[in-house]
Amino acid sequence: MKICVCVKHVPDPNLAMRVDPGTRRLIRDSAKSILDPADEYGLEAALRLVEQHGGETVAVTMGPPAAEDALRRAMAIGADRSIHISDDALAGSDVLGTARALAAALAAESPDLIICSTESTDAYSGMLPGALAALLGMPQVTFARSVTIEGTTITVQRDTETGYQTIQTALPALLTVTASIAEPRYPSFKGMMAAKKKTVDARDVAALGLDAATVGESGARERVLAITPVSQAKQTRTITDDGSGESVPEIIAFLRQIQVI
Amino acid sequence: MATRRIWVWTDVAEGAAHRLSLELLVPARKLGAAEAVVLHPAGGDAVAALGAHGASVVHLGDDAAYGEYLAEPHAATLAALIQQESPDLILFPSTFTARDVAARLVGQLGAGVIANAVDVVYDGDHLTVTVPYGAETIGTLTIDGPGPHLVQFRPKAFAAEEVGGEAEVRSVTLPVDPATCRVKVLETVTQASEGPNLEEAGIIISGGRGMGKAENFGLLDALAAKLGGAVGASRAVVDAGWVPYSYQVGQTGKTVKPTLYIACGISGAIQHIAGMGGSKYIIAINNDPDAPIFELADLGIVGDALTVVPKLTESIG
Repeated sequence: MKICVCVKHVPDPNLAMRVDPGTRRLIRDSAKSILDPADEYGLEAALRLVEQHGGETVAVTMGPPAAEDALRRAMAIGADRSIHISDDALAGSDVLGTARALAAALAAESPDLIICSTESTDAYSGMLPGALAALLGMPQVTFARSVTIEGTTITVQRDTETGYQTIQTALPALLTVTASIAEPRYPSFKGMMAAKKKTVDARDVAALGLDAATVGESGARERVLAITPVSQAKQTRTITDDGSGESVPEIIAFLRQIQVI
Repeated sequence: MATRRIWVWTDVAEGAAHRLSLELLVPARKLGAAEAVVLHPAGGDAVAALGAHGASVVHLGDDAAYGEYLAEPHAATLAALIQQESPDLILFPSTFTARDVAARLVGQLGAGVIANAVDVVYDGDHLTVTVPYGAETIGTLTIDGPGPHLVQFRPKAFAAEEVGGEAEVRSVTLPVDPATCRVKVLETVTQASEGPNLEEAGIIISGGRGMGKAENFGLLDALAAKLGGAVGASRAVVDAGWVPYSYQVGQTGKTVKPTLYIACGISGAIQHIAGMGGSKYIIAINNDPDAPIFELADLGIVGDALTVVPKLTESIG
């Protein structure tokens, strides 16, 4: 079984997010970027399925050269090899452009299963997996909390607002997973060493046979007009409390002021 | 110019129109003729509420296949309806089904989409959509090229309004293509919700990694009991297994808008802020004076939540 896991190199979600006022794009400081923590769940699900059924796990990303870090991390955790879609012409891609580039690379791999997180931690539109499934003509099984495969049948428990559904389809399919799918493993020292020797295949727009007008900034239909600071209607009052509890009377006064006590 | 046709994708839950779809009729009415699209075997149950909330037309498809299979038949029918009717704009709520259908439609039609919106207006001919980016910035976006344009909204971006009225029902008789019936629903299970009712709570006390360990959530329970609030959590501690997923506030958890949100040991990652940034008042208690959560707070306490919280609980009579 061949499983492709789509991963993303994202700014560390524990740091404040910054936007470049000139390009109106998210500032992607590669030194402070990591493999999207949301992708570790899909990677874990893939590794467990391959351990069970045999086959290989391929990590796939689209991003600038520094995004290779995310692939190295995925391979340190256990992916067998990876594909890095990178081209200046892809900068500024929206959901559709990104889906087109990934679809071209994934179609060439003919995987049995594609796994994505439900949404990336930085852009979090959640629109990419469904768009990708449509472009590839694959069924989409989404928001999975558990997954089993028997033969070519995939069965998934899917989160809903009020509980869950059990759903089933035939492979090949695209699967999105939530954080309840499996506890991700950490890379071992051995895994980190091995990752350095694993293959990263580079793909550019020409290699993927893409029309450059349909991807990147030129193909993007979503356009950012402005990024503005949130109006500072809120004046934060900050108090330091060294453990003596000196902030407590201030908190009580605030609670009285807003009439919750 | 002709009145714009604004469609609202409507989910049906427990025999009624989903409340998040009803909310979207508020902007739909302001922008043009508000029409609802319901593709669900029990869709007829949603019609009255959609009319009462201002939908002038309900496009209703109630083929059994819409209940037996996920996303694909819905997206295919919606794509065909779009070809026939040429709506200008389609608004989607943040339900799981709506997100699946909208995403599929993006690939199927090559449509432009903006997700996580909190507002939408037309500036002349230009669609202008507001999307929060983290604690400090707001993005204003547009979609270029021919419609329909797709916009998916965060929960509670608008308060649903009953305006009275009756919708004209137009039956969607397009046959469901068996080739789209691929993801079969074997079983649908409704689980009694465990844990806090965060969406309804007026006061929420939430804990993050700064609470140190699972046992320390008892400190938050005690404060919540005193204030009559509910306890929530950040994704980091849910992932760590300290509390169940039902506690999670954030983009992959619940979106809450309480009167008061007390964030204890939470740094304020974008994922968390997406779920609680709309709280009326925010108190943040965190050791790190540079934590992004302080940008949002009305009152910020730079200190250890493990000492401040119990002292606070004790001091409330």
